[in-house]
Amino acid sequence: MSTRYFGAAVPRLEDPRLLTGKGTYVDDIVLPGMLHAAFLRSSVAHGRIRRVDATAALSMPGVRAVYTMADLGGFGARPMPAMAPHPLLKTPITCSPLASDEVCYVGEAIAMVLADSRAEAEDALGAIELDIEHLPVVADARQGVAAGAPRAHSGRDSNVIATLRGSHGDVDAVFAAAAHRFSETFEIHRGGCHSMECRGVVAAPEPRSGELSLWTSSQSPYMVRRHLATYLGRDEADIRVTAPDVGGGFGPKANVYPEEFAVALAALACGHPVKWIEDRQEHFLATTQQRDQFWSLEVACDAAGRMLGVRGRCIHDNGAYAPYGLILPATALASFPGPYALAAFDLSIDVVLTNLVPTSPVRGAGRPNAAFVLERLADTIARRLNLPREEVRRRSFVRAEQMPYVTGGKMRDGSPVAYDSGDYAKALSLVLEKIDAAGFARRRAEAAARGRLLGFGLASCVEDTGLGPFEGASVRVTPAGKVVVTTGAASQGQGHATTLAQIAADALGVDLSQVTVKAADSRVFPLGISTIASRVAVTAGSSVEIAARKVRDKAIKIAAHMLEAGEHDLELENGQVRVVGVPDMNVALSTIARILSGSAGVPIPAGVEPDLAATGYFEANQLAFAYGSQACEVEIDPETGDCRITRYVVAHDCGRLINPMIVDGQIRGGVVHGIGNALFEHMRHDEAGQPLTATFADYLLPGAAEMPDIEIHHIETPSPRNPIGAKGAGEGGTIPAAACVISAIQDALGPTAPFVTMHPVSPEQIVEWIDQTRK
Amino acid sequence: MSARKINLTVNGRAVEAEVEARVNLADFLRQTLALTGTHLGCEHGVCGACTVIVDGRPARACLMLAVQADGAKVETVESLGTPEALSELQLAFRDRHALQCGFCTPGMLMTIEALLRVEAAPTREQIRDVLSGNLCRCTGYQAIVDAALDAAEARRGTR
Ligand code: FES
Ligand code: FES
Repeated sequence: MSTRYFGAAVPRLEDPRLLTGKGTYVDDIVLPGMLHAAFLRSSVAHGRIRRVDATAALSMPGVRAVYTMADLGGFGARPMPAMAPHPLLKTPITCSPLASDEVCYVGEAIAMVLADSRAEAEDALGAIELDIEHLPVVADARQGVAAGAPRAHSGRDSNVIATLRGSHGDVDAVFAAAAHRFSETFEIHRGGCHSMECRGVVAAPEPRSGELSLWTSSQSPYMVRRHLATYLGRDEADIRVTAPDVGGGFGPKANVYPEEFAVALAALACGHPVKWIEDRQEHFLATTQQRDQFWSLEVACDAAGRMLGVRGRCIHDNGAYAPYGLILPATALASFPGPYALAAFDLSIDVVLTNLVPTSPVRGAGRPNAAFVLERLADTIARRLNLPREEVRRRSFVRAEQMPYVTGGKMRDGSPVAYDSGDYAKALSLVLEKIDAAGFARRRAEAAARGRLLGFGLASCVEDTGLGPFEGASVRVTPAGKVVVTTGAASQGQGHATTLAQIAADALGVDLSQVTVKAADSRVFPLGISTIASRVAVTAGSSVEIAARKVRDKAIKIAAHMLEAGEHDLELENGQVRVVGVPDMNVALSTIARILSGSAGVPIPAGVEPDLAATGYFEANQLAFAYGSQACEVEIDPETGDCRITRYVVAHDCGRLINPMIVDGQIRGGVVHGIGNALFEHMRHDEAGQPLTATFADYLLPGAAEMPDIEIHHIETPSPRNPIGAKGAGEGGTIPAAACVISAIQDALGPTAPFVTMHPVSPEQIVEWIDQTRK
Repeated sequence: MSARKINLTVNGRAVEAEVEARVNLADFLRQTLALTGTHLGCEHGVCGACTVIVDGRPARACLMLAVQADGAKVETVESLGTPEALSELQLAFRDRHALQCGFCTPGMLMTIEALLRVEAAPTREQIRDVLSGNLCRCTGYQAIVDAALDAAEARRGTR
């Protein structure tokens, strides 16, 4: 394979459109006769619906219909299908498209208004009379596990829906024999996702064909189609689902949502296209968040500080429903033991229902939580044994010569976890060198002279990427010589159109400008799964490689015949198949494509299938493990508690880089997300389950003025588990970032400060710790 | 709802329209004029996605009513360049990978465009400060700052 584009920082193909306002996001779609939907949502966290009266609303200007689940009952007023069934969940715990009986969180949709404009639909919401009987609320998962706690769902006899367990080795023996044992409790808050584009759906019935078309801002358009087809008792082929340009996903847009179903049902009921665009307040109320985890852990180490074992328990807040099964807590559990070679571990997670918006993965999906507690445990050991933090890590890491390394842990599907390749200690050394760890003492002294506390932080992680079973791709050369790549893998800004085109262009020897990528439209490519779990480069990327190689082989076969040359003497270059060393002897790919697209009565070469095209499905049955280390420095103003990140360096290995510029962008964005989790993002609820932070004025996202420049260094250890040697890069920036920042804050506060076991950390909290330390 | 007649210039074109008093400028641009490059990320003035230039100054189109733009000169992202002929600023965004999903991008571009008209040689800190009113969840901002610096240099002809 030539490497003209693979590995090069080529500018993105999607950019000219997006930079000129020519993107097509869901809200940009306008259809004739389209009505606008607005949802009436529960204002209480737990209640029983006694009555919904829409009489007054129906007579308001522009209003065409008001639907409750009873009105849409012809389609079956059932709970939605479970997206990821789990053997521990005996019955699915999902909500209905509209609640008809009990509501279990503030924001659960109860009724919808269809009107000529969104404003008129919203006006009418206020005129719907809603009578709800309040039921007892559980708004904290710790409270939810207590005996006698109120039930998040009145029909359940326990809020604990499952207990997940992950273990390996004889943990009790390891703890009994260890030189030291330390215990800590951790409180992790991860906040929400907040893609800048909120969610949106347009549904349009096609009266002539009977088809239903859906445009949705989804990471999983094919899952939407599958579940909607099941719900409606239709064939998947009768539903077309497209994810157009999507303004960020980060996890929550991977869910199939009640609004997607409700809008589809409403469009079928009224016969008009229906559009719903979530506003930011609805996003705060009704888009899944990644909620709180509470860990009680013990760590065992030897006299040299080498981590030997971890055991303990977690209480995981799953919110009011489990639409995505147990994916989030299971991912947190599967992320142990991280980069550490542990002789044993034994962990359990109680998955608890509360009357808060359901939870689902957000960038990193539980892995940041696991990384946070593991990295804090490494820091605990260093602090208690008075060792450098990097020494504890270096001594505890899985070593390069142990690869492939079987951790003893299990994947979500129960298969054993085996790290494929890499050198974890090398990433740590690289990051320490690049941030100039040796010069830190001097910088700290300089800061102290200015009255500031400087702290140095460190964190490492391993990330399972490229989750199976597949994303497929087709590659087709058109008779005009253009290359069209189609795939089910949706993009929410990751630049797939460019990276996939790079792979195809190299395999076919064409200019990148000749390649078009069409993704996430069920009419264009038949199957797709989800853009989650840093999986698309590995799965779709490998599939493009496989398909493009097949096309290449086909082209060579025809050209060999036409040029009367041996297949081994041919190469693809410049849009032609040509004889190596004799570029004048060539045949254009467009000519081959034209021959293979056929003319009436003219035979095509015997033994060759029509069309210069092929489809590839890379079966991703083994994961590719990315890893890395991050280091940062924070400067704290002891008077105000203001914490500025002054330096941030990342060492990361995601195998072969398809486009280093895009990978850097993924990592930077990911780190900033993690910094937000460490310092700013806090979704607060009161005891009654009422959200207290439902605007960007009180829920803080990281802004340009607070964020540091981030320096990135790559190690490229190809994954042996896929044909392009890639590992995923979407989440490796986020996973250790909060742990890294907190480690630096701890360091700034000094060795006698309280041990920091939570995030986000506010300035007030920092001042409080400083006061406690000075006492 | 009472409709009012307004006259304004949008991207150099004279526009006369009837709008309801409650319609904000962003909805007017997107829905009435089909200029969908202006995006709405929060509708309460914090995210900056809806930023356009009104009479030379950056403004949040979600916080301004269309009727308030009567007589004004409004510039949106559609005025900057075309896919075939990107402006210097847009080119810098592409070359620096200053956009990922592209949703915040029009607002970012208009904020920086307005800055570069009054400040030919902004510093990194100045750019970060000006961008503090525009949220981006994808890029982590650094590449946007790089792009703004590059564009300023390109405009000064020092590149
Ligand atoms: S949409 Fe106007 S500032 Fe967010
Ligand atoms: S590029 Fe996606 S929000 Fe900025």
